Amino acid sequence: MAVAHAHVAELNHESPTARAWRRLLRRKSAVFGLAVITLLVLIAVLAPLIAPFDPTQQSWTAIRKPPSLQHWFGTDESGRDLFSRVIFGARASLLAGVVSISIALGLGVPIGLLAGYGGRWMDAVIGRITDAMLAIPFLILAIALAAFLGPSLQNAMIAIGLTATPIFVRLTRGQVMAVKVEDYVEAARAVGNPARRIAIKHILPNILPALIVQATISIATAIIAEASLSFLGLGQQPPAPSWGSMLNTAQRFLTNAPWMAVWPGLAIFLAVLSFNILGDGLRDALDPKER
Amino acid sequence: MLVFLAKRLLQLIPTLFIVSVIIFGLQQLLPGDPALAMAGEERDPQVLEQIRRQYRLDQPFYIQYLYWVGGVLSGNLGESMRLKEPVLTLIAQKFPVTLQLALMAIVISLTIGITAGIMSAVKRDTPIDYAVNLVALWGISTPNFWLGIMLIFLFAVHLGWLPASGYVSPFQDFWLSMQTTILPAFVLGNSFAAVLMRHTRSAMLQAMSSDYVRTARAKGLAERVVVLKHAMRNALTPIVTLGALELGTLLSGAVLTEQVFSIPGFGKLIVDSVFNRDYAVVQGVTLITATTYILLNLLADIAYVLINPRLRS
Amino acid sequence: MKRLAIAAAAAGLLIGCSSAFAQTTLRVGLAEDPDVLDPTLARTYVGRIVFASLCDKLFDIDENVNIVPQLALSHETTEDGKTVTIKLRPGVKFHDGEAMDAAAVKASLERHMTMQGSFRKPELAAVDKVEVADPLTVRLLLKSPFSPLIAQLTDRAGMVMSAKAAAEAGDKFGLKPVCAGPFKFVERVQQDRIVLEKFPDYWNAANIHVDRIVFRPIVESTVRLANLKSGSLEMIERALATDLPEIKADAKLRLATVPELGYQGITVNIGKSDVGKAAFGKDPRIIQAFNLSLDREAITKVAFNGEFLPGNQWVSPKNPYYQSKFPVPKRDIAKAKELLKAAGVSTPLSIDLMVPNNPETRQVAEIVQAMAGEAGFDIKIRVTEFATSLKEAEEGRYQAYMLAWSGRVDPDGNAYIFHKTKAPQNYGGYSDPDVDRWLDEARVKGPLADRKAIYEKITDKLLSEGSIVYLYHRLMIIAHTAKLDGYKQMPDGLIRLTGAKLKP
Repeated sequence: MAVAHAHVAELNHESPTARAWRRLLRRKSAVFGLAVITLLVLIAVLAPLIAPFDPTQQSWTAIRKPPSLQHWFGTDESGRDLFSRVIFGARASLLAGVVSISIALGLGVPIGLLAGYGGRWMDAVIGRITDAMLAIPFLILAIALAAFLGPSLQNAMIAIGLTATPIFVRLTRGQVMAVKVEDYVEAARAVGNPARRIAIKHILPNILPALIVQATISIATAIIAEASLSFLGLGQQPPAPSWGSMLNTAQRFLTNAPWMAVWPGLAIFLAVLSFNILGDGLRDALDPKER
Repeated sequence: MLVFLAKRLLQLIPTLFIVSVIIFGLQQLLPGDPALAMAGEERDPQVLEQIRRQYRLDQPFYIQYLYWVGGVLSGNLGESMRLKEPVLTLIAQKFPVTLQLALMAIVISLTIGITAGIMSAVKRDTPIDYAVNLVALWGISTPNFWLGIMLIFLFAVHLGWLPASGYVSPFQDFWLSMQTTILPAFVLGNSFAAVLMRHTRSAMLQAMSSDYVRTARAKGLAERVVVLKHAMRNALTPIVTLGALELGTLLSGAVLTEQVFSIPGFGKLIVDSVFNRDYAVVQGVTLITATTYILLNLLADIAYVLINPRLRS
Repeated sequence: MKRLAIAAAAAGLLIGCSSAFAQTTLRVGLAEDPDVLDPTLARTYVGRIVFASLCDKLFDIDENVNIVPQLALSHETTEDGKTVTIKLRPGVKFHDGEAMDAAAVKASLERHMTMQGSFRKPELAAVDKVEVADPLTVRLLLKSPFSPLIAQLTDRAGMVMSAKAAAEAGDKFGLKPVCAGPFKFVERVQQDRIVLEKFPDYWNAANIHVDRIVFRPIVESTVRLANLKSGSLEMIERALATDLPEIKADAKLRLATVPELGYQGITVNIGKSDVGKAAFGKDPRIIQAFNLSLDREAITKVAFNGEFLPGNQWVSPKNPYYQSKFPVPKRDIAKAKELLKAAGVSTPLSIDLMVPNNPETRQVAEIVQAMAGEAGFDIKIRVTEFATSLKEAEEGRYQAYMLAWSGRVDPDGNAYIFHKTKAPQNYGGYSDPDVDRWLDEARVKGPLADRKAIYEKITDKLLSEGSIVYLYHRLMIIAHTAKLDGYKQMPDGLIRLTGAKLKP
């Protein structure tokens, strides 16, 4: 089927990638998601230039001040500027989302290929391990892993990455199983191509769209997971800010400084929302069934 | 069908075995010494030594594991080091709490999720559809714990309408029980509702474009009847099965929700136990949760096969 | 008609119920979930709050940390300090109706001293043998004189349990404790509630006016306070200092505060391991510089609304054992820099500060980091889970460690195990023969003045080279409804309800 599409695309003198882009850009919501993500990435990268204050600079005469002209989002329990902290917090969240899912992809895809292409026993063993990992609630596994590795942003990313791996194993395996029986794979095998070459050259490109969609949505989940771990004190370490750890602190001051909880929460929401919207858009744009 | 069932049940054994190895292994890797963690301020080396011996913490990993597996097979999940209470008793105390919370969350999410899903499918590409989609996205994009904090602030601290936290059993005081659980159940159900909404929408869209719905329409049946009687019935199967698959998410969500609302359920038990290094409890609770999850999945699969006539053969 | 009759009967029943419910219940919000309620095996501070209503002790303390009799009537120590005779209060009953007598005291003390996993063993280590002299007199024979002994008996080591119940329940005693306190155990649902009810045969029952206590662990302090304000709790412990203005502003609430017996500080590794020797262990002047770089006043102001007490010793400035000769030092950055220079340290000096994972200590650590930074310390905060941090400290894998101590009635409990060479909690690895000798001497001497003189020498030495940088002392903040009358706060921060009344 995918081959058929490729042919159509060639006839139109349009590569599959270009066509996906065109279809993606036709969707207003997806464009919005993409724009927000681009903006967030820019904010994260340019944080030192944008932030009006040093996010770790304490000011003991201005603790827990409500939003004002000088401090747009107010100040926190040690008099640090919340606006600057939210801006710098974008780094932790985006990094956590992207790095942890890269880990999950890096581990999950090869293992999934192995399961789908490596014979019955391999498939059974990998299948059971995947089942087992999926059976333990995501957050519990992540908490245990993060506690084991020690609290830090880096370890939270590893914990989330490992916990998210089984999803990609399953997805890859499922896709391989579906593609494996397609004519062009059969043909490649008949010509005597080694299994590894078939997997990388013929199968991987065809399952890529599904992986991209899942990865985008998983990034959204990973950002929430990082915030959750930081909220429990297992993520980003002080004095560097992360949205989750800011919420953790804010909880103590809910009555006398509610703004401390509002901004980081909104930031998480916005970031996660954008990735989810983009994921939706990508799913439609990459779906071969739809034009 | 029977063969399928037997095969799936057999698969359960290695999966649970691996679950137990993962959790047991993680515990072994966890830094910090359970005896020290338990002792808190009272850390006298001799007393600690005695405790390590008492709980076989001084023995190698596989010996501890064998003792534990032996216990589980004879129906004994061990004893909490911190509370001296059998793990089974703790689970029996906590399970109804999380169950109540989960059931309420499911009721809430089914009501919101399916209604909104149908609405958005029927009114495809209208402002209603967009609005529903937006709400659904809002649902899956809001972190549970943040929503919880905000709701506590609004309803308990600011307005004073609901108790800020705590839990009362419905058998003790039904009305108060509802008051204490409605916020956490809403928080928990919120993201699940969003997931259901999306499944419902796509399942309904598919059903509406199918032949039998077209036939029903052609027969001149009222749109309401077509939607509710024909399309809805056929869309329900994938909704139910997909919904069951997502129940694990609900369990995951309960962990933080219970933490934020101080609800003494499974989630709180397990987080506290991880931090207190109360190994037997972590192990026992995870095993039960994993088993529940796997069985639910199995049930969903069976339901899928049963409802879907094409797969029955 | 029949239905009406039933309804009337039901209504009557309801009225009957509600009059029986004119009982007063005090619902207390705890900051943590208590551990096992067995005086021998218990180890948490929050557990002691529950014990204060459940299990009476041989001795107790009053508002000025003086030791007063509770289940005992008097005590007497022989000239050589090796025999302590304790006379018991007659006519005291346990919750199961058994009589509290010398045999029961002997059984409890022996259980504390010998039971597997007993955390009381080190506290009673000086006791060699317990003898029953007559039904109301016990004699404790000591291995060597030990002046803090009576103080130990004001806490869990002095709790007397029903010998019968203890023998029957073994190590499960904590699931249904039977003691001789003003309230008896009703039920416990883990992480949810502990329910106690008034014990009618309590020896001091005339002064107990509350019928029922329900303890509820609610970890989030904001939520605890919200529950108190909305009336679903009558009392909360360890309210936040930052919430004090709000509590004071509420006419329906009252405050009961007292400075803690313990301290909050930073333990620095000077001799525990090579990691430590590479930093603070190099030269005592580095610790002095660190000390001078900190503005303790500002720390308590920023983090605790100025409600907590700045401190520099193992007891707070309000404690009778505080050495006022050595007041809390003022911040002096110039001097700190000078000291660092004199010690031959090239700045910035990198320091690994291990901080247990809790929002309040984290905030203090951040402030310390900023303050010490100005003097030339480059502090790297390493937030570590409490369970892990203890292990790291024990193995010397740290340079500085934010570690608090909840405090003991006798100053020996705040000093000995932390500063004596190779003592169990000497995580800093401090060792000095003079200090060792003085610490032992203080354990033998009786009167306060004598002991205080010895502690003065130790304090002097520790301030210039010791391994603990004391920062501040918390205010134990208990908030309760204005309806609770006659509640008195004792210095240990625990909740004792003797004399307190709940108005309707």
